[in-house]
Amino acid sequence: MTTAAKTKRDYSLVGESTRAAIETGLASAEWYHTDVPRKAMKELMQRSDGPAIRDTIIWIAAILGSAAGIVWFWGSWWVVPFLFVYGVLYGSSSDSRWHECGHGTAFRTRWMNDVVYHIASFMLMRNPVQWRWSHARHHTDTIIVGRDAEIAVMRPPDLLKAALAFTGILDFRYSLPTLVRQAFGTLSEEEKSYIPEMEQHKAVVAARWHMAVYVATIAFAIALESWQPLVLVGLPRLYGTWHMVMTGLLQHIGLADNVVDHRLNTRTVYMNPISRFIYWNMNYHVEHHIFPMVPYHALPKLHELIKHDLPEPNPSMWHAYREVWPVLLRQLKYEDFYLKRELPPTARPYRGEFHEVDMSAAE
Amino acid sequence: MADWVEACAVDDVEEEDVIRFDHGGRTFAIYRSPDDEFFATDGYCTHEKAHLADGLVMDDIIECPKHNGRFNYKTGAAKGAPVCVNLVTYPVKIEAGKVMIQI
Ligand code: FES
Repeated sequence: MTTAAKTKRDYSLVGESTRAAIETGLASAEWYHTDVPRKAMKELMQRSDGPAIRDTIIWIAAILGSAAGIVWFWGSWWVVPFLFVYGVLYGSSSDSRWHECGHGTAFRTRWMNDVVYHIASFMLMRNPVQWRWSHARHHTDTIIVGRDAEIAVMRPPDLLKAALAFTGILDFRYSLPTLVRQAFGTLSEEEKSYIPEMEQHKAVVAARWHMAVYVATIAFAIALESWQPLVLVGLPRLYGTWHMVMTGLLQHIGLADNVVDHRLNTRTVYMNPISRFIYWNMNYHVEHHIFPMVPYHALPKLHELIKHDLPEPNPSMWHAYREVWPVLLRQLKYEDFYLKRELPPTARPYRGEFHEVDMSAAE
Repeated sequence: MADWVEACAVDDVEEEDVIRFDHGGRTFAIYRSPDDEFFATDGYCTHEKAHLADGLVMDDIIECPKHNGRFNYKTGAAKGAPVCVNLVTYPVKIEAGKVMIQI
């Protein structure tokens, strides 16, 4: 563990850090890549519809099955396990489906990616147009302060906020008003900073479609005089989000920012098979960031191929959180503190001058 | 009149694949389609700076390695976000086992 250059972080995408990141060359920089022979990479990149169709059938069947359980056992305690399963499938596994289909790598067939992407975006209360662009920025400028629109835990960390994220309340409080605002035709300056002008009207149209479904659901609930429609559509974004947060926070939390090497700012964690199904193998997150062309089902193979060049993965989520907790506590006082990833002796070194870059130099 | 330049040998490009070709300070991508035809486009993605030759050819699509943006490499047409701007394409001919492009 180490400390880096003293810098006050301004996480806005149109502020001082943005200017500094552009001026120091951290924005849109060349990132480190592990060398993989073209032939091997081509094999890993190959797309097929089979694995994603299989997984999507299981996913939809489990969603419909648990929804049926909720309807059937509504009003009794037996509804609880069904709510639990439905909530995680709706509020958490939709995130990885959104992610993988947004990359266009889950299915070989483009329309299949698009259909699942739009369904999952709706489940997550994410504007499918806005988030497609924010995620492109996240890959270009991963954890570059002032550039990355998807930094989950900023420094110094707000631990209360991080804890509340597990309940989904904060995200809900952000996502719903954002959709309403966008449905009324207003995009924020930050959103406009990464959504190209020619795509901005599409973001408004998408928000209107989402709002139309929510309004219909509320009307249905009022007509039925029951919470049931809302528990099935919309509210799982609250009560089922915890698994997405539990796995997603680990992607980058506590690691270096403002570096252009995913081995240093991204984490790979070995996980149990159920979490891996929910998360669609995104636990191999360093691998995904270095090679976003590799579909989720080929990530374990990619991991085997390049692990000699990556830091040791955390053997479990528990291990990763135990490792990161003291780092977060320390960051409360020293926001420049971070967990420095050790590269194995077989790894190619990282160019240190990027790592120690002093953003204040641009001021 | 634009010049024809030799880009590579026919056998340098596998079927349904792409390679990079640098010439005169510019970078091009040379494609061989699954039905054994050759095509050429600018070598960089129009979204950000990424070499299309590191991407994946699927039928008539080249997928960019950086954000998975897709183009039809035969026409240069952008096929959806995050790419919005079409690729420039170049005429290609085969002469004595060499791939020639007109630039
Ligand atoms: S650089 Fe090609 S899709 Fe972004």
